[in-house]
Amino acid sequence: MTDIFLAPVKFSNSSFLKRILVELNRKFRSSLNVLNLEYDIEKTFSKERGQYFSTQIIADTSQLTGDAAGKVLLITEADLYVPVLTFVFGEAQLNGKHSIVSVCRLHEEFYSGISDDELLFKRTIKEVLHELGHNFGLLHCIDWDCVMHSSQGIEEVDIKGEFYCRNCASHIEALK
Amino acid sequence: MSNKKERILIVDDEKIVRESLFHWFEEEGFYVDTAEDAEIALRKFDKGKYDLLLVDMKMPGMSGLELLTKIKEIDKDTIVILITAFASVPSAIKALKDGAYDYVTKPVDPDELEHLVKKALEQKSLKVENEQLKGNLEEIIKPDNLIGESPQMKKIYELINTVATTDTTVMLRGESGTGKELVAKAIHINSKRKYFPIIPVNCGALAESILESELFGHEKGAFTGAQFRRKGKFEMADGGTIFLDEIGSITQKMQVELLRVIESKQFSRVGGNEVIRSDFRVIIATNEPLEDLVKQGKFREDLYYRLNVFTIIIPPLRERTGDIPVLAFYFLNKFATSMNKQIKGISEEAMDFLYKYDWPGNVRELENAIERAVVVGKGDKILVDDLPFHVSSSPSANGDGDKSMSSIEKKHISRVLNENNWNISKSAVELEIDRVTLYNKISKYGLRNPYK
Repeated sequence: MTDIFLAPVKFSNSSFLKRILVELNRKFRSSLNVLNLEYDIEKTFSKERGQYFSTQIIADTSQLTGDAAGKVLLITEADLYVPVLTFVFGEAQLNGKHSIVSVCRLHEEFYSGISDDELLFKRTIKEVLHELGHNFGLLHCIDWDCVMHSSQGIEEVDIKGEFYCRNCASHIEALK
Repeated sequence: MSNKKERILIVDDEKIVRESLFHWFEEEGFYVDTAEDAEIALRKFDKGKYDLLLVDMKMPGMSGLELLTKIKEIDKDTIVILITAFASVPSAIKALKDGAYDYVTKPVDPDELEHLVKKALEQKSLKVENEQLKGNLEEIIKPDNLIGESPQMKKIYELINTVATTDTTVMLRGESGTGKELVAKAIHINSKRKYFPIIPVNCGALAESILESELFGHEKGAFTGAQFRRKGKFEMADGGTIFLDEIGSITQKMQVELLRVIESKQFSRVGGNEVIRSDFRVIIATNEPLEDLVKQGKFREDLYYRLNVFTIIIPPLRERTGDIPVLAFYFLNKFATSMNKQIKGISEEAMDFLYKYDWPGNVRELENAIERAVVVGKGDKILVDDLPFHVSSSPSANGDGDKSMSSIEKKHISRVLNENNWNISKSAVELEIDRVTLYNKISKYGLRNPYK
């Protein structure tokens, strides 16, 4: 059984973090832990873009998580980017240990002006499961009902499913 | 899981760009390779062809435009998308003239890049696939929960097979809970549009005030709080299918809008002037006879004729009782797994009940009944007592043998409620009683709303 570590970085909403842990525990049935990292995310900030460089964050924090045997998922409020793209919801090491999810662009109020905490939670869980799926070696799935379907815009996050499809689920179960 | 293995070559002198794009496309399931300049790209291309090249316009040595020309000389079918750090109209026009599929400016919107690459590769592979799809499919792919082997369902599968590979508009008719959305999904995943999404729109649930933004999207800053652009349903369905459920409930204003968009396939986002073109297939569903609405002047005749091209009527569950065991076991397995319960079977008595019950709420009601039974069930089998309606409407007390007035009244009220999706006001009007009386009768007969 692979342990999963949830590491908040520039993320202060502890009750939200607790909800994610409970939901992940229900859906993933792995041992879940919170990992507090001493990490200064500000060095990855691009003044020009007003965003944080996700690949750099993953590379830096990889040096700090040697003791954590399992998968480490960073969760942040920071708006993330990789140089060639305008933004990313998250990033993961394919078949690797680390991934990151940003909740910044999952807030409904940025799209409709109306705050919706439940929708934020649902979107976050989808993205967390998605990035963890990459850590377990899953590629993007063609099934729109599967949480591993690619979602490059908020609309796609909303229409894809919140569970792994049968194929993706069995792949993860075999590796867990 | 992904089954793509198209080959992509990324050509850019910046390592960080190559690496970012490499990981991004790798997650998509493509075979990805990189080259730091045009010379290396050409050498790699010589060794093995690529379906698509993403090429930086400005590189030291041979430029992206020169590489484009050389690649097109070797293989004119290879797709080349150019990446430029600044939008340069003259060089972009030259690139397109020289055979580039398109160009993007750095940093590129991930959604735009994904759509562009998908469309380019689909166009290429569809040339082959269209040939294969011209005939009917041997066997359709069914969504996990489209279940049943009764003659009625086999007929449905045949109809799906007939229409899936075309772009024909499909009208799905059937009572509430029969699985119209699943049939729509089956049509979609068996069509050439399967790599693009099917976007469901519940027309009955759309408030007129948010309708425009919901269907057509809005631009950043279109209204207070809109910090990011948002695509509407029609734009999201580009390349795929739009599924308009409960079409009979839409207002006259929306009917006009729908007709316009369905015919022109173009629109603008709220707060924007850009004309958005979207290539979508239309599937609609209704549980009301649209002809009657046309006669009553509630539904536009031109829209009706535009939509009524190929109709599939989905039978109610009571007309395909042979499918009840397989459906019941499917739901049992699904809920027992998700709730981590050790219920593996259904008692003979409970199964007998499931067979005899009328299922006014159809498959959805059966699903809810099994879910409830798994929640309350304690043993390794579902018992009659675990089912939600055993007291109020068991077949023995309510079957054909019971001809009492109260039994007939109960059945009639239950049917009207289900026909109206348990809309109390509508049901009360049809029954010609007031709402309070209806509530009292629901309580008296112990009727339960299967949708709650």
